[in-house]
Amino acid sequence: MFEINPGLMIWTSITFVALVIVLTKFAWKPMLTMIAKREEQIREALTQAEKARAEAAEMMRQNEQNLARAEDEYRRILREGKEMAEKLKDEIVSKARVQAEQELLKAQEEIQRSLEAARQELKSEVAELAIRAAEKILNESLDAQKHKNIIDSVLRQLPKN
Amino acid sequence: MTMGQATIKPDTLIHHSTHGEEGFSFTHLLEHVKDSREIELPGTHLELPRFDPIHIGSLTIDLSPTKHVVFLLLAAIVLITIAILTARRYKKSLVPTGFTNLMEILVLFIRDEVALPSMGHTGVKYVPFLLTTFFFILIMNLAGLVPYGATATGNIAVTAGLATIAFFMIQLSAIRAQGLKHYLAHLTGGVHWALWPIMIPIEILGLFTKPFALCMRLFANMTGGHIVILSLIGLIFLFKSFIVAPISVLFALAIYMLELFVAFLQAYVFTMLTSLFMGLGMQVEHSTETHESHS
Repeated sequence: MFEINPGLMIWTSITFVALVIVLTKFAWKPMLTMIAKREEQIREALTQAEKARAEAAEMMRQNEQNLARAEDEYRRILREGKEMAEKLKDEIVSKARVQAEQELLKAQEEIQRSLEAARQELKSEVAELAIRAAEKILNESLDAQKHKNIIDSVLRQLPKN
Repeated sequence: MTMGQATIKPDTLIHHSTHGEEGFSFTHLLEHVKDSREIELPGTHLELPRFDPIHIGSLTIDLSPTKHVVFLLLAAIVLITIAILTARRYKKSLVPTGFTNLMEILVLFIRDEVALPSMGHTGVKYVPFLLTTFFFILIMNLAGLVPYGATATGNIAVTAGLATIAFFMIQLSAIRAQGLKHYLAHLTGGVHWALWPIMIPIEILGLFTKPFALCMRLFANMTGGHIVILSLIGLIFLFKSFIVAPISVLFALAIYMLELFVAFLQAYVFTMLTSLFMGLGMQVEHSTETHESHS
């Protein structure tokens, strides 16, 4: 059981050394370099992914910030618009009121004026009528009955006011 | 290199050729796990050629191929084919698929869990050596579990050969990492020079015990499982009754599964310990400095 065959030992050693040389050159070295290369690639990809993730997070944060700012802006504009509209409305209303008052005043004045003119016209008309009546009296014979008739006709001719 | 009962014999196979067919004996079980001059094939067997042994001094070396040499070379060829095909797959795409995935798991395991923890960053250049050790031993271990196969690692000469290389690699990596001066200084153990005659042999002996343990562990584990399976099957013939057969076969199957696990485990243990011993030799720098400050 424990006899050592030196020939077999030599065979083993030679085979093993040859195997180490051949495999190192043609199998292990290429395999290990390829594995190392892939590991490097994976490491690189991971760092890149991490970087991309950080970038995306930063972008997201910025977007959120922008959105918040936009909302603030929108609220401000809305508020300002409302205020402005309110002011404008007040302005327009007050202006309209003033104008209406002015219009009313003008209309009253106009009425007054036309009333005055009507009165004046009536006066001159009455005067003319009186003159014409006097003419008629002078032209016709003057008796009581006639007087009465004349006065009646003149009076009838007067406008009823 | 004479260890315990171990003896070096130029031809360990001579006295096995005279065994008869009569009767069953447990010694016959050993025939299966032992080396032989012929390869069993379905229905026939192949006689291997024999060369004249070479004589170097008092040592007689017989380099003629045996069953274990054949399976050794077969494992080497299988490994070269698998490894090169796997490496070629990476040229097409960096993403491993199918069998490449399995290979990659094992390769990365040896690199990240065996070489780097024990040797640190300098261990990267020894990864190909450790990978070869792991896969070569693994394939030799598994070859014994295939019908008509033989476990070359179940032969002590083969494990001794592997351990010899591991021994040289351990010393080489230590010398490379800390320089020859520090390496030799470490052999003195850092004690007073008067104690050197005791210390140096102990340290040198220490260098040999590690690979010796590697050699014995692998050999014993790979032989043990086979003997247990054969013994269980042998029970059927011993009792000459087929009532024992179902139990024997069931147990043998369980042991077979265990052996499958042990094949991986022992390949891993051998590789891991080699890496660990290399790492220990490479890290001695610091302790050498403390040794020097003591003396």
